[in-house]
Amino acid sequence: MNGTETESGAPKQQQTPRQAYRIIGKRPIRHDGYDKVTGRAQFGADVRPPETLYGAILRSPHAHARIIAIDTKAARALPGVKALVTARDLPRASGENPDLRHTRNNILAKAKVLYHGHALAAVAATSLHIAQEALTMIEVDYELLSPLLDVREFLKDDARQLGDDLRTDETSYNKQAATNITGHVQHKRGDPVQGFAEAAVIVEREFTTPNVHQGYLEPQSATAHYHPDGQLTIWCSNQSHFDVRSQVSEILQIPISDIRVVPMEIGGGFGGKYLVYLEPVAALLSKKSGCRPVKMIMSRADVFMGTGPAAGAYIRVKMGADARGLVTAAEAYLLYEAGAFPGSSVASGAGTLFAPYRIENLQIDGYGVLVNKPNTFDYRGSTAAIAVAAAEQVVDELSEKLQMDPLAFRALNGVKEGDCQPAGSAYPRIGYLETVEAARNHPHYTAPLEGPNRGRGVASAVFGSWDGGTSSAMARVNTDGTVDLAMGSIDLSGTRTSVAMQLAEALGIPVANVKPFVADTDSVDYTDGSYGSRTTVMTGWTAYELGRDLRNRLIQHAAKLWRVSSAEIAFADGYFSTGELRMTLKELAAHLEETGELVVSTATVSSKGLAPGSAVHIVDVEVDPETGKVDILRYTALQDVGKAIHPSYVEGQMQGAVAQGVGWALTEEYIYDDGGHLLNANFLDYRIPTCADLPMIETVILEVPNPAHPFGARGAGEIPILPPIAAIANAIYQAIGLRLGELPMSPRRVLDLLIEQDQEDDGYPESR
Amino acid sequence: MVYEMTVCSTVNGDQVELHCDARQSLLEVLRETLGLTGTKEGCNSGNCGACSVILDGVLVNACLVLAVEVEGRIVSTIEGIEQSQGLHPLQRAFLEHAALQCGFCTPGVIVAAKALLDHNPMPTEREVRYWLAGNLCRCTGYDKIVRAVLAAADLMDLSRAQVPMAAEWLPSQGRTDERDRN
Amino acid sequence: MQAFDYFPVYSVDEAITLLSQNAGQARVLAGGTDLLVQMRQGRHKVKAIVDIKRIPDVNVLDYDPAEGLRLGAAVPCIRVRNDPVVAAAYPGLIDAVSLIGGIQIQGRASVGGNLCNAAPSGDAICAAIALNATCVIAGPKGERTVSAATFCTAPGQTVLEHGEILVHIQFPPPKPNSGGRHLRFTPRKEMDIAVAGATAWIELNSDLEMINDARIALATVAPVPLLAKSTAASLIGRAPGEIAFAEAASLAQEESNPRDSMRGTAVQRQHLIGVLVKRALHEATCRAKGGQIGGI
Repeated sequence: MNGTETESGAPKQQQTPRQAYRIIGKRPIRHDGYDKVTGRAQFGADVRPPETLYGAILRSPHAHARIIAIDTKAARALPGVKALVTARDLPRASGENPDLRHTRNNILAKAKVLYHGHALAAVAATSLHIAQEALTMIEVDYELLSPLLDVREFLKDDARQLGDDLRTDETSYNKQAATNITGHVQHKRGDPVQGFAEAAVIVEREFTTPNVHQGYLEPQSATAHYHPDGQLTIWCSNQSHFDVRSQVSEILQIPISDIRVVPMEIGGGFGGKYLVYLEPVAALLSKKSGCRPVKMIMSRADVFMGTGPAAGAYIRVKMGADARGLVTAAEAYLLYEAGAFPGSSVASGAGTLFAPYRIENLQIDGYGVLVNKPNTFDYRGSTAAIAVAAAEQVVDELSEKLQMDPLAFRALNGVKEGDCQPAGSAYPRIGYLETVEAARNHPHYTAPLEGPNRGRGVASAVFGSWDGGTSSAMARVNTDGTVDLAMGSIDLSGTRTSVAMQLAEALGIPVANVKPFVADTDSVDYTDGSYGSRTTVMTGWTAYELGRDLRNRLIQHAAKLWRVSSAEIAFADGYFSTGELRMTLKELAAHLEETGELVVSTATVSSKGLAPGSAVHIVDVEVDPETGKVDILRYTALQDVGKAIHPSYVEGQMQGAVAQGVGWALTEEYIYDDGGHLLNANFLDYRIPTCADLPMIETVILEVPNPAHPFGARGAGEIPILPPIAAIANAIYQAIGLRLGELPMSPRRVLDLLIEQDQEDDGYPESR
Repeated sequence: MVYEMTVCSTVNGDQVELHCDARQSLLEVLRETLGLTGTKEGCNSGNCGACSVILDGVLVNACLVLAVEVEGRIVSTIEGIEQSQGLHPLQRAFLEHAALQCGFCTPGVIVAAKALLDHNPMPTEREVRYWLAGNLCRCTGYDKIVRAVLAAADLMDLSRAQVPMAAEWLPSQGRTDERDRN
Repeated sequence: MQAFDYFPVYSVDEAITLLSQNAGQARVLAGGTDLLVQMRQGRHKVKAIVDIKRIPDVNVLDYDPAEGLRLGAAVPCIRVRNDPVVAAAYPGLIDAVSLIGGIQIQGRASVGGNLCNAAPSGDAICAAIALNATCVIAGPKGERTVSAATFCTAPGQTVLEHGEILVHIQFPPPKPNSGGRHLRFTPRKEMDIAVAGATAWIELNSDLEMINDARIALATVAPVPLLAKSTAASLIGRAPGEIAFAEAASLAQEESNPRDSMRGTAVQRQHLIGVLVKRALHEATCRAKGGQIGGI
């Protein structure tokens, strides 16, 4: 087994001369580390204001039903119950952001319940057990409706309309008629018909995938305290506390300035924690219970049923290549489940699946479709993983038909700077070809794979074309020479440190002398949530700006103190100096307090270009031909990250994403019965990989600098979840000659195919 | 209320007297009554290990123990792992190896790993992986966790042998192979 | 979960009295790893919990080469697993207790609890049946014994009557030239429920070339773990090896009557039971011959 590539191994492939950084690229221990390993870190559920009440939510046992009546009398009368709310208690909305109309109907169902687990009432009581007992006393009359569960069903003429008032703004659909299509995204260029006509080899495949869950270990929680003067404080673990503030403000009709959202430590999110589920309900319960704080924590079943899992989908991909192996045309048709309300991740899938390839003739159509399942939400890479899984399996099959090495095929067709992105614009400098080349030369790829029923697969991805959003931070030089760094970005994985490193590098002080913390919504300027691989890159950029600004200001202060010009001051190795004069930052800072001249800086950085990352993964599997079980024997992930600010954290992102990808590929799925009831809303039957299911995950960091970023960093957190599914599928094919076309590639599905193959006994199945 | 009881036990070395409802789990009482919130609730049904504690020397999920069951028993939580001279070697190894990301599963993993090393001071990589299978982690892919536990075992072995700690022992690379072959 | 009374009891008689007084509304608590989860799911209406863990008789773990193993009903799996003498004498039982949950679950869950929970997938039930264990039951009418093979009557149901508790499980002493092996199939390597499971126990003659006796138990292919009698009978008098084992595997498939569930299909289970029986027989033979095979 190979160890994780260390810092010294990474820069070999680097394209530009390496700058000598003092801090960037090192591996300091995280600032919040001590609290995290001793149990002192305070997560959302750990908040305990005095007089706290406990809230619980009643959820629909049906997938689709009209609510006729809700009788809450008995529940209200239970001793200890202090408040009970239903959708009737939500204020009538004004103005109306349509997305928030749906969010409001999601947090408390209004007229209909649209999925098994849809919230419809909430209770606050003096203990959680009383609150839960009260829920059992609420009586709801339902008129049952038949559920719509498969994305393809919407095509049927008699398909039931889920959202009575939903219209699709798209030319091919009647804008006046109700529809289950929530959106259509299309990318089109060249002439695909002509392109396919020119192809020597064409592969077309279809794929179906179930819902999966982000599977963060920490359930959603929210504690709200509505004060008699109208001020509202919310403590929660959310990827975007500014989004919580604006969503609660609109839903409850409370001015933003009256709401303070305090971000607690957050136990994972992966894209699933930036919509509100509990926060407005807890606030409403607090208001109705005489302004006592109300704490609500989801059970694991609530998390599976009531939050936003990643979409299930139906995907069809067709690609053609000429005899030399050049892609002549590609088509994709993607149906992503939106779930019970509009808003799907299909745009990300549509924009990503062909991203690594130069394709002149192309048509991609993606649709979001309503079904009676939870409102789906993003999952690491905005659920593009399933689209990439489809395309990268088709590429593998094309390579095979062309008798080309699959990485040689990618090297031949791969994108570089100036090539066209699927959405149309040109790629900036990216490192896809470098990553492919590194994979081809990697000892894992060149090592022989021996033994029966074993196979090696590869897959690749290019991801991240958005510009990164807005980040704010504030820094203050303390009298002891340390720097407080208040940031608006939620820290999911150690970003306090990777951001602080960028300030420390720019200012020229040790990273331990930066004291980073995540500030509440009253204390720092607007910052987009911690999603889209943006925090280390964008908030780190903000910190870089702060570091430069503080450095300039400190130099000016030193100049003033010594009565020389700023140009005559040097700051190096912890000393300000001019001529014979020397002074530490600490000494200067002490002077500043005496003179009342504090050094404080704020910065906001907006949308300057994250730049896409590139990834190639190599995996060896062994399939037990008698049981259908797939074991991961060896895994190597290679990735162009631009610049690894803190290499351990980059490796961690890669390794964690691979583990999630392995689960998505092999064991994870929402299992529904025909009535739309979710059967496996627990960590026993929703099988995320355990420690015993995985080998060490080798990582290779490549650094092709992002020209737009001060340190060259690219977004790194999402892309490593894109290749694993296809890499594993391609490896399974190499091992046993079968392609499943369906996720997860669970032992049952593999075994079914093996038995079928055994019965037919006619070798490998034909591809269409 | 008839369903309530008073329970006396030892938690992290302190004698505690708890008034609790029979329905309350040890997890709920640790967190809500004693304020020991380092023990986490991830699933409340024994499937994730975030609430791992050591009960009379045995690793258990606090969510599957009723608080009333711990009368006269000894409970150790993550808050009791730290030693008088500072962090436990496991805690140090987790920091040095960046073996945590969100940190939510971390207390449970460290408690479980401590129970492992108490019982098997020099585990192989395979033994670590099977022992920690009851502790789900969604962030790390377990790679750095396993390395940290193996490194902590090395550290503890070194300190037992009273050999001065060499810097190269800290980030353990390749040691896993060596030990697995034995 | 509704409110309930909690009774820690110190003797078998005390437990019987309380259970009799609360007939139908009291549950016995040992490790609680199934019971507490089921209560939170609202699957039982419970007014009283009788915690038997302080009763000495249910905590006995006593091995005697002549008498066999007396395994108290509440002894947690981890104690069984960590006892080197028991591990050497009953490796098939160790296979099963090592597969239950993860280490945390094994710290609480017991073989007795596994039997009383009577799940079709029960790993330890399967091992207890194949190892010919006997369940010793105490109740208002005195003590009685039933074989492990007949203890579970339906999913979640056992032969226990109102007021009765399982006190201990008696395993016969291991015979010379015998070996047991429990295997199961799960999608994950740990922390999972058997899609199918099988324990094989065989006894070879003194020159190790013929099967003298065999017992096979199957899990998750019937409402409760099943003693596969014709499978076992087919092996007696045969040479241990692929031919006999393949035949036994197909007989085991015939004796199985699995159903579809979320965790596996009938077809899959039928197939897997054949695979597991064959593999378990090979490995049980290896043990009978004094060989070592990997634990987990």
